[in-house]
Amino acid sequence: MKLSTKHLLGIKDLHKEDIQLILSTANNFKDVLQRPVKKVPSLRDITIVNLFYENSTRTRISFELAEKRLSADIINFTASGSSAAKGETLLDTVNNILSMKVDMVVMRHSASGAPHFLAKHIPAAIVNAGDGINEHPTQALLDAFSMQEKFGSLEGLKVAIVGDIMHSRVALSNIYLLQKMGAEVVVTGPPTLIPKYITEALGVKVEYNIKNALQWCNVANVLRIQLERQNQPLFSSLREYNLSYGISKKLIDSLNKEITIMHPGPINRGVELDSDIADGSSSIILNQVENGVAVRMAVLYLLANREN
Amino acid sequence: MKTILSEPEIAITLKRLAYQIIEGDVQLRNTVFIGIQPRGIFFSNRIVAEIKNIIEPINVEYGKLDITFYRDDVRNELHIANKTDINFSIENKRVVLIDDVLWTGRTIRAALDALIDFGRPAKVELCVLINRRFNRELPIQPDYTGKAIDTFISEKVKVAWKENDEKEEVILIQ
Repeated sequence: MKLSTKHLLGIKDLHKEDIQLILSTANNFKDVLQRPVKKVPSLRDITIVNLFYENSTRTRISFELAEKRLSADIINFTASGSSAAKGETLLDTVNNILSMKVDMVVMRHSASGAPHFLAKHIPAAIVNAGDGINEHPTQALLDAFSMQEKFGSLEGLKVAIVGDIMHSRVALSNIYLLQKMGAEVVVTGPPTLIPKYITEALGVKVEYNIKNALQWCNVANVLRIQLERQNQPLFSSLREYNLSYGISKKLIDSLNKEITIMHPGPINRGVELDSDIADGSSSIILNQVENGVAVRMAVLYLLANREN
Repeated sequence: MKTILSEPEIAITLKRLAYQIIEGDVQLRNTVFIGIQPRGIFFSNRIVAEIKNIIEPINVEYGKLDITFYRDDVRNELHIANKTDINFSIENKRVVLIDDVLWTGRTIRAALDALIDFGRPAKVELCVLINRRFNRELPIQPDYTGKAIDTFISEKVKVAWKENDEKEEVILIQ
């Protein structure tokens, strides 16, 4: 058994079996991370470059740790402080790095489709660590892993994705993944932040009333309000957003059931999520971060072999 | 196709190996058993069951080791991992590694690397059902052997177990 693809560009291109393989391999790596020696020599002769053209804390650290736990050699590249600032093109930068014999590229870029472009032009395996407003596949995989860990299976699970759906690559990757694995998805948020034809295009239900959505779901995956991607104001103020779509203790207490809270980070505390919920007992936000390393180890491990 | 071991022969061999292994530490005070995933587990389950018939079962510590992440051929071939389950310390213990077929020695090389990550054993021994003597690629030899055979590189040894393959035998496929 192996993945049907030689790159991880998005969840869209994966089959259900690929996702299952990644999640079950991640489970093995989670065991490794609990041993006295949390490191295996699997990628001993593999060199990986982390190309980050956009800011990141969690994802970059998580990938870097995953690579180190697999014994890969790594090179870190951040756009600021590099020749990209002098005007070098993406393809030139990458070709220069590849001529130093690099096997894999982990890339984050603000332009949607940037990793797909690279995959067409270079021989290395590409892992998309977030491209613009398109996809963030490893985040969706670690979200799925965390949900599966909590609920046993994704089949039939009811997931509400809350907030800035329009600008969220996390939302898109999660929608593709959850649907492939047989979960039900509802998106909720202000109409200005939900793409117009999302039901027709992706087959998800839209619920503008957040309380109804939370009452329906088992899991609420709360997204960050991405002010940096909003060229025009899409709601009047953060305070207003918090009052109508923020998840507060009062809102959670008004439901007659317990729901699990997830967030891909970084949290805008007091905007989309209040602190007592983010840090409360129903939150699995820190489990998500922990699982991220195991899931990324699985992705890198499964893509390292070049026969596929 | 040629039969190397039949079902009754396997039963006798298992008994012999069990006695040979406990001979060195009769109460098993300092010995642990580790089977190698995935196919070695059928054999190690049997060996451990035989040993539990001979001595106090409570003294038998038995774990399973998956060596997938310790292989040296990631670039060429993808292997899918299985569960590692070692819930005891191997520090200063005599570890008996158990696998069904020893051939190139590369699996055992990886198992030794994996084992060291769990602690520093006093001694590691190797027990195999079949020792294919030709085409070894590393200087690794078994301490306890069910049966040693000489084979061509093109031949295949297939070990079948009742609980998995509905019959029990070791055959050589040309």
